[in-house]
Parts: sequence; structure tokens; C-alpha cells
Amino acid sequence: MSTPPRNEWPLWEVFIRSQHGLAHKHVGSLHAADAAGALRNARDVYTRRNEGVSIWVARSSDLHASAPEERAELFDPAADKIYRHPTFFPMPDEVKHL
Amino acid sequence: MYAQLVDTGQKAVQDDATMSAEDRAFQQRIDADVKIEPQDAMPEAYRRTLVRQIQQHAHSEIVGMLPEGNWVTRAPSLKRKAILMAKIQDEAGHGLYLYSAVETLGVTRDETTEALLAGKSKYSSIFNYPTLNWADIGTIGWLVDGAAIMNQIPLCRCSYGPYARAMVRICKEESFHQRQGFDLLMAMCRGTPEQKAMAQDALDRWWWPSLMMFGPPDASSVHSAQSAKWKIKLLSNDELRQRFVDQTVPQAEYLGLVIPDPDLCWNAERGHYDYGAIDWDEFFAVIAGNGPCNRERLETRRKAWDDGAWVREAAVAHAAKVAARDRAAKEAA
Repeated sequence: MSTPPRNEWPLWEVFIRSQHGLAHKHVGSLHAADAAGALRNARDVYTRRNEGVSIWVARSSDLHASAPEERAELFDPAADKIYRHPTFFPMPDEVKHL
Repeated sequence: MYAQLVDTGQKAVQDDATMSAEDRAFQQRIDADVKIEPQDAMPEAYRRTLVRQIQQHAHSEIVGMLPEGNWVTRAPSLKRKAILMAKIQDEAGHGLYLYSAVETLGVTRDETTEALLAGKSKYSSIFNYPTLNWADIGTIGWLVDGAAIMNQIPLCRCSYGPYARAMVRICKEESFHQRQGFDLLMAMCRGTPEQKAMAQDALDRWWWPSLMMFGPPDASSVHSAQSAKWKIKLLSNDELRQRFVDQTVPQAEYLGLVIPDPDLCWNAERGHYDYGAIDWDEFFAVIAGNGPCNRERLETRRKAWDDGAWVREAAVAHAAKVAARDRAAKEAA
């Protein structure tokens, strides 16, 4: 990523927990000078209709992502391990609670 | 639409046979409905076209606040004023979602802002018309937001992930905009004859500019065909416009308002309404900067940007000072 020009406020990623008990979920990004400002802006931009009960913000520059070219190497090995899913094991109809 | 006449930089629609291997692989992903994400490889022309389209769309949301802001202090009741402010705040939010989507394509927020202020990046023609009476606020919600929904629902399925996701959020909120507009007009049309006349006056002025929002017929446009191939334009301008007319005519009848088009009539054979010729000279004049309010809109945006400069600088200075204080405290401890 290129360095931000002049005085542009840094970019933050916003995560919202919609209800107690659920995980925070990424909802988008915004600009703010600091963390307090990012939380305030996130409240205005992303929770105007009761979308959340909790907000996390993190600097976009602090996030690390897997690379698209590694997709096959990272995720393909899971594709042929169907025995990791419970449906791999057919159960007799008369056996209950399994 | 909110993005009109988007230039793809192409002279002819790309041909699968003559494409580079990379471009062909990209087109195959699009054809297979795989969403393109910011880190993925993409042809430069696709990236540049999307930047232009999303920038125009975002600027339209931001400039779109101005005609409505004109009525905040004169809304006829506290209820209508609170609704109008909520709608305007939504438009700001929509602009911000879309600006973030542009940034994922490698353009900074400041570059996008400067493109608008310098007049290099366009916004929808519709926002260069004035809001002359209170019924204009209802008419904008009903027609302009109604036309926007028509265009934006298909865009929720567009090929670029961040744009599609922004559209999903926006569409969820747009329905409130359209309904509050229709509700406002129902109140006026059930009111005094003077109030109903104001509603008719607003419809008379906004009808044709609303139809122009969809852009000129583009069945033979290279740019539209290329954008369709990339799945960043899902339906043609005329298809969307016809849908809009078909859904809006019965709504006008319900309000007891007359659509200002003597040629408008139901065509049983086509199963659609026929409508009169659109004045495309007016559309191109507005796009070229010569609409009733173009100059005023840009001046207002420039002033807001310049007047806000000290706030942006002060916030950065404050953040730097607090960070330095925290560092010093940590070192002392």
C-alpha cells in the first residue's frame, strides 16, 4: 500500500457485534485521526439502525491477510478430507442420539 | 443513473479470442460469478472503470445531500425535520461506504475528493436541479431514490466484492428514503388545494430529470457492453427506465397527480407504458456543467472542504501529541 499523502487521516477497519453472544463481524472501514475518533465515526456510519452493541476498530495497516496466490496451497488440502464432516458416517436409522 | 456515461477506455468490447491469457482467465472468473476482491489480479481497464463508476456514485450521494439540506430549517414539523435529517445522514453514510470501496482499488480518499472538487469526476445530473418547494423533498424521495433503488438492487450482484457489499447496505436503507417521500406526498395530496398544487408543481419539474437519471439509450454503447461483460452494469439504461415508468405511473395515479407527459399511455401489446421523447440536449448540458445548480453545488463542496481543513489538521496534531505523551509515559515507567 502507498503511504497516505499529507494530512489524510489513517484508515481503520470496523467490526460490530450485533447482539450479545455473537462474534464481532467486519462491516467496513473509515478514516479517523485516532482510535477514539474511529470509534465515534464508526458509531455514526455503521450503527444508525441498532446494528450493534459493541464496536472494535483496528488500523488497516495492522491487519495481515493471506495472499490470493496462496489460496490453493492453504485451502485445497481441506477439500478431500470429507471424513472431517459428520455426514461422512452414515448411521443406521434405528440408532438414536448420534 | 448515479453513475452516468461511465467511460471504460475501450474502443470495442473485448473479444475472448484476442484477449491476453490473464484477461481471459479474469473473464472466466467473472463468467463463473466469482467475486473479484481487492487483492486479486484484475485488468487495469476494469480497475479504472470501477474507480470512475464508484467515484461518481459516491459523489452523487454526497452532493445529493445539498438539495435536501436546503429544507432542513424550513421543514413544516419536528417529525418531518427529524426524518429529513436522518435521510441526509444516510446519504453521507452511503457516500462513505462507497468512498471506502474506491480506496480498495488503490486510490486514496483525498484523491477522490480532489477529483470531485476539481470538476474532473462527475456526479449524477439530477442533483443539479433546485428544490423550490417543500413537496420537492417528497418528490426526491419518491422518484430520485426510487430510481436509485431500481439501479442499485441489481448492483448488489455486481462482480466487485466491496462494491456489491456497499450496495447491499445501501439498498437496505434506501427503502426508508423512498417511503418517507411517498408519505410526505400523500400528506400534501390529501391537504389543501394549494398543497396539492405544490405536489403537482414538484412532479412537473422532477419527472423528466428523473427519467434522465438512467442515462441515454445505451443498447449500442461500447462502454455499456464492456461494463455488462465485466458485470458491473447488469441492465441497460432503457430497461431500467421502463421498469421505473411502469412502477411509478400507478403510484402517481394513487396520489391523484398527473405525470407531465401527454404521450404517456399503456401499451397492452408490449405490456408496458409508452412514454414521450426525452430532451437529451438538456441532459448533456447538465452533465457538461450547465445545469441550474452545477456551479453552486461545487462551490458549496469546495467551501465545506476548505472550511474543514483546520479540523482535519487539528485532529491529526492532537492524535500525534497524545501518542507522544503515551510513548513518554511508557519510557518513564
